[in-house]
Amino acid sequence: MYNYNEFDAAFVAERNRQFRAQVERRVAGNLTEDEFKPLRLMNGVYLQLHAYMLRVAIPYGTLNSAQMRQLALLAEKWDKGYGHFTTRQNIQYNWPKLNDIPDMLDALAGVNMHAIQTSGNTIRNVTADHFAGAAADEVADPRPVAELLRQWSTDHPEFQFLPRKFKIAVTGAENDRAVIKAHDIGIQVVERDDEIGYRILVGGGLGRTPMIGKVINEFVSEADLLPYVEAVVSVWNLLGRRDNKYKARIKITVHEHGIDEIRARVEERFARIRPAFTGIDQALFADIKAAFATPDFRNESTAIFETAYKTDPIFRSWGDTNLADHHAPGYAIVQISLKAHGKTPGDATAEQMRAMADLAEKYGHNELRISHEQNVILPHVHKSDLPAIHSELKKHGLATANIGLISDIIACPGMDYCALATARSIPVAQQIATRFEELKLENEIGELKIKISGCINACGHHHVGHIGILGLDRAGVENYQITLGGDATQDAVIGDRTGPGFAYDEIIPAIERIVHAYLDLREGSEETFLQTYQRVGLAPFKTALYEEAKAYAAE
Amino acid sequence: MARAFTPKVITANDLIEGDVVYLTAEDCWTRTLSEAEVLIDEAVAQERLLMAEAQTETVVGVYLFDVVVGENGPEPTHFREDFRRTGPSNYHHGKQAEQAHV
Repeated sequence: MYNYNEFDAAFVAERNRQFRAQVERRVAGNLTEDEFKPLRLMNGVYLQLHAYMLRVAIPYGTLNSAQMRQLALLAEKWDKGYGHFTTRQNIQYNWPKLNDIPDMLDALAGVNMHAIQTSGNTIRNVTADHFAGAAADEVADPRPVAELLRQWSTDHPEFQFLPRKFKIAVTGAENDRAVIKAHDIGIQVVERDDEIGYRILVGGGLGRTPMIGKVINEFVSEADLLPYVEAVVSVWNLLGRRDNKYKARIKITVHEHGIDEIRARVEERFARIRPAFTGIDQALFADIKAAFATPDFRNESTAIFETAYKTDPIFRSWGDTNLADHHAPGYAIVQISLKAHGKTPGDATAEQMRAMADLAEKYGHNELRISHEQNVILPHVHKSDLPAIHSELKKHGLATANIGLISDIIACPGMDYCALATARSIPVAQQIATRFEELKLENEIGELKIKISGCINACGHHHVGHIGILGLDRAGVENYQITLGGDATQDAVIGDRTGPGFAYDEIIPAIERIVHAYLDLREGSEETFLQTYQRVGLAPFKTALYEEAKAYAAE
Repeated sequence: MARAFTPKVITANDLIEGDVVYLTAEDCWTRTLSEAEVLIDEAVAQERLLMAEAQTETVVGVYLFDVVVGENGPEPTHFREDFRRTGPSNYHHGKQAEQAHV
């Protein structure tokens, strides 16, 4: 893992010192809110419905045990004992007091963490595949690129007042687990003639105008990466619509100008700035890569795992859903679900954070990951340790066997916390999970991704959910629109809207009708929801949603 | 013709704590909606709003919201304000927890 060098540590300490003074001046009345707001946003401090919120970056979703323990400490000491992991691999604290936040930031700096550029019109936390460095299908670990981009983008003088926020995601595998096609820039590590390089996509995004990213360059070499990305952001910085915040994101710029014109402008800009990159970035990149060296894996029997898998049905069920293939023989990737039925998606208590940190330290080479799907990952675990890990997870309410299933729901904070929300998301997620648990249908249904946003900004990624739910305010009442057939992978697709929305007390039965329609329509249990949808289309689901509801109402 | 003015309350968040507060007739900020001043005259409401907005050392994000006056004083007409005066629905945190101790 990357550790701060002297420069990083001094930079973060100085920013924290500045922010402490800014808070003091605000409290003393020497700064107005209009003056203070951009300063607090630069440091991840929002004002929500019931309190302030501090959003802490977890760069490319990677944490060590000491960092996770520090997150637990913040939750306990300055919040209400828990934290909320987000769809951009950040953690949010929902209840800090303004005058405590400088102390929280200092505590974070102590473990190489910060909240810089987690808000505002800047380049945000660079996210990556949560299986990075562990996945069996990976060309190369995407995290060194993400770290290089983090360093390059932090306080980049040209990019502190962008037209709007800017989000970058990196994957090292063809199977996209980082939703790169829904980011302003998506980067895929590729290999061509034994050379590592990058496929660059631009103009993806969700929000009120969802767009799938387009390839702007099939292969950018390692040495060209930073100047190329800088050229893209630079072209957009100049062209981006500052007159209308709803048209300011790069997806609109690409849409309005066309990918070919954007590509030509980027090439031109790239040619101009490339000579300024004299190779210092490559020396830095080499150091960063060394920091992400693969741990020393052990060569040991996995017999304990196989025995437990055969004899313990609860362990088997957990293993079937929550484990993923690791590139090293005898190893597995463990996905810890933060989606216990009826709980808030993505929330972990301080006690749970410490339990996960302990497991990572004891069994997982001291590494943890946060996924954009709001779960926690132990990326490097020897299979012989899995029964012990599972048994420990059970003690902390962390052994829910539902990764990829209907209750593994992405949900934004919605109107329970967020000042922008138009409806609640969390209780909808809680009720769907609880309902399908009662019906004992979850495993029968199989892979099904539900994603819920509480407003059109789509933090809950509803457009790319197999079932997407969007909460709106319709004439002063919560109303939920449904989209079907979205896909967040390398085959990314924006879902289709079914039609009129449903009231808060109608949305769970509506989801149930969709799921029952799928179970009736599918050609055997091997056909997933998404495959069925792609085969039969929207029509039969619409019938189930609207006609059957009418039929029931008429009875 | 302009729409008739409906009763309103002035709300904000406390500068330090960040929690929801309401303006009273005595120019104080209260945590309890039932203690808030109900404004029924548009001109008075605008004047009170300006006065409240000037208190940047005490509160953040001042605005007016619609209420109806019931037995226990003002009640919000919109669900957003109902959540703000209660707290989140997933945990017993915020006002619902604090006011239980009073």
